[in-house]
Amino acid sequence: MKWGMVIDLQKCTGCGECAAACKVENNVAIVDAGQSAMGRTMLWMDMLTIYEGEYPRLRFREIPRPCMQCDHPPCTKVCPVRATYKNEEGIVAQIYPQCIGCRYCMAACPYTVKSFNWYKPEWPPGIRETVNPDVSVRPVGVVEKCTFCIHRLQKAKERAKHEGRKLGEKDFQPACAESCPVGAIVFGDLENTSHRVNHLSSSPRAMRFLEDLGTEPKVIYLKEED
Amino acid sequence: MERAPAPPHPDYPLLRPIEKPGRSFYFIVGVLLAIIAYTGYVYVRQILFGLGVTGMAQPVTWGFYIINFVFFIGISHAGTLISAILRLSKAEWRRPITRMAEVITAIVLAIGGLHPIIDLGRPDRMLNLFYNGRLQSPLLWDVTSITAYFTASTIYLYIPMIPDIAILRDRGVRPRWLYEFLSWGWQGTEQQHKVLDRAMNILMVVVIPIAVSVHTIISYIFAMTVQPGWHSTIFGPYFVVGAIFSGIAAILVLMIVFRKVFHLEGYLKQIHFNYLGILLLIMSLLWFYFTFSEYLTGYYGHEPNEMRVFWYKFTGAFAPYFWTMVTCNFLVPVILLGIRKFRTITGILFASISVIIGMWLERLIIVVPSLANPRLPYPTGIYIPSHTEWMLFIGGISVFVLGYMLFARFFPVISIWEIEEGRHESAKAVTERIASYMPDPQPSSAQE
Repeated sequence: MKWGMVIDLQKCTGCGECAAACKVENNVAIVDAGQSAMGRTMLWMDMLTIYEGEYPRLRFREIPRPCMQCDHPPCTKVCPVRATYKNEEGIVAQIYPQCIGCRYCMAACPYTVKSFNWYKPEWPPGIRETVNPDVSVRPVGVVEKCTFCIHRLQKAKERAKHEGRKLGEKDFQPACAESCPVGAIVFGDLENTSHRVNHLSSSPRAMRFLEDLGTEPKVIYLKEED
Repeated sequence: MERAPAPPHPDYPLLRPIEKPGRSFYFIVGVLLAIIAYTGYVYVRQILFGLGVTGMAQPVTWGFYIINFVFFIGISHAGTLISAILRLSKAEWRRPITRMAEVITAIVLAIGGLHPIIDLGRPDRMLNLFYNGRLQSPLLWDVTSITAYFTASTIYLYIPMIPDIAILRDRGVRPRWLYEFLSWGWQGTEQQHKVLDRAMNILMVVVIPIAVSVHTIISYIFAMTVQPGWHSTIFGPYFVVGAIFSGIAAILVLMIVFRKVFHLEGYLKQIHFNYLGILLLIMSLLWFYFTFSEYLTGYYGHEPNEMRVFWYKFTGAFAPYFWTMVTCNFLVPVILLGIRKFRTITGILFASISVIIGMWLERLIIVVPSLANPRLPYPTGIYIPSHTEWMLFIGGISVFVLGYMLFARFFPVISIWEIEEGRHESAKAVTERIASYMPDPQPSSAQE
């Protein structure tokens, strides 16, 4: 089993719904404007702005960017305390209570996907009460990132077990895939031929970010058709 | 305070600062303690509020703490390494220098070694390094090699101090219990000298590979990632060369300061500065060679991400620092040390200070630009260190000065017994040694 995600850029409108859904789902702290201007915005799912071509043929796109969940992750290699590791289902997971906050993984990540809790996480009044009880709120001083909504996987597995059936494709979907209004984000098991990601990932439009680094990302983008 | 006057000693100038400390000593210690106390307060604030009080953010997630870590550990390299190399190569002029150099190592290493802990988001979980340590992580290699180096270099500092401590004990210098305890019953017998020599010989051989490993491994922290500007095979030796370079500069500055303050003109002569100055010049050329190779290969490879970092340093936001570094590390020392007319003590002082500044800038230029230019199109970050980071830097330097002053208050900064030994035995030993280098009067090869 190898969880993976396909993001179809042909369908994606760049609306940022996935980023918002992720932020709410995973209790990602909301920093104030001053902190944000310093570059301390915390987004597990970020929107990358990519400029293509030059004026007058300038185009720009907003592309969703979760953690690439590399199969050969540069971040886990350098962690001194095994606070980040690749689990048996291919998800690069974080162990928050073990992290010493050295930020070596952040420096090593070629995709710059990790966030650090510079201060104790805080939420504006009213939002504090809406935190998702399934996801731990991270303490100050640790590194965090997208986990493919691993808490949903745990729940889905338990439910499937309880109901005495196998885990289906629809049982486990991360918040971003679920929220996408145009169905541009497809999630599933890359090794399971009945899952959509399995054949989408071998589409001729399929590409991965920074493929030449050999990190083997499990987030696959489908290029736009011209 | 005054007791029976101590008997005159041929090397009294070395003992005077210990037996009769000046009043300014207490004043400077007071000022330093005030700075250190404030730094402590600033650090406690960081612990209470989190690393948010620093200027670090995304993508520049490493800043002053890591820069100073590399810088301080670099400075620490001169000491033990240079002293061991000079002792091993039987350079007679080493005698008044080794102790001063070794003290630098011990103190700066303690300060530098603390920096990664200051940098931790969760210093309270530091022991996880032992409970859950992953030996595959270069950070663990670092913990190991720095610990080894600190242990070896403090022992290497202490062992040759024993005979000097015994001199202080015999002269009844206070606090007596301290010298009594640290002199380990040294009587100066032949057997004791033999053991001392043996211990020093073993230590200096052991300490050299450890010292080389320390800065190599610090470079590995960067080189083991795939980041542009860091992922380089020459980083190990490049860092070691830079470390020795900045370390020699630090030794020279300290020698000049002590010469002035303790009136050691009779011990630290022009010749010592001349020799070390030439060594500094060689290191400057070597540093330039490494820097040149590093950037030229990067430029010719022309990998787009590598080039972004390259131009960021050469013409971009970091150009002022980059070119200041080249000036400080190469132009200034080469001019001041390469031209004999300028190689005076003042000239050497300026060159050394310039090198220390330049090497600090080099650490800055290695750490920040690679982080500030992420591969994916994020808004490029700028890094402005906060008041907290500046204070911890100044505090670190204050701890070094205080540590050195306290050492000099209680122990001679120049090895008295080694100077004596030099006076009595060196001339003969050197003559014999030179004789052994020369062709024998009747060459045995003549018959061939």
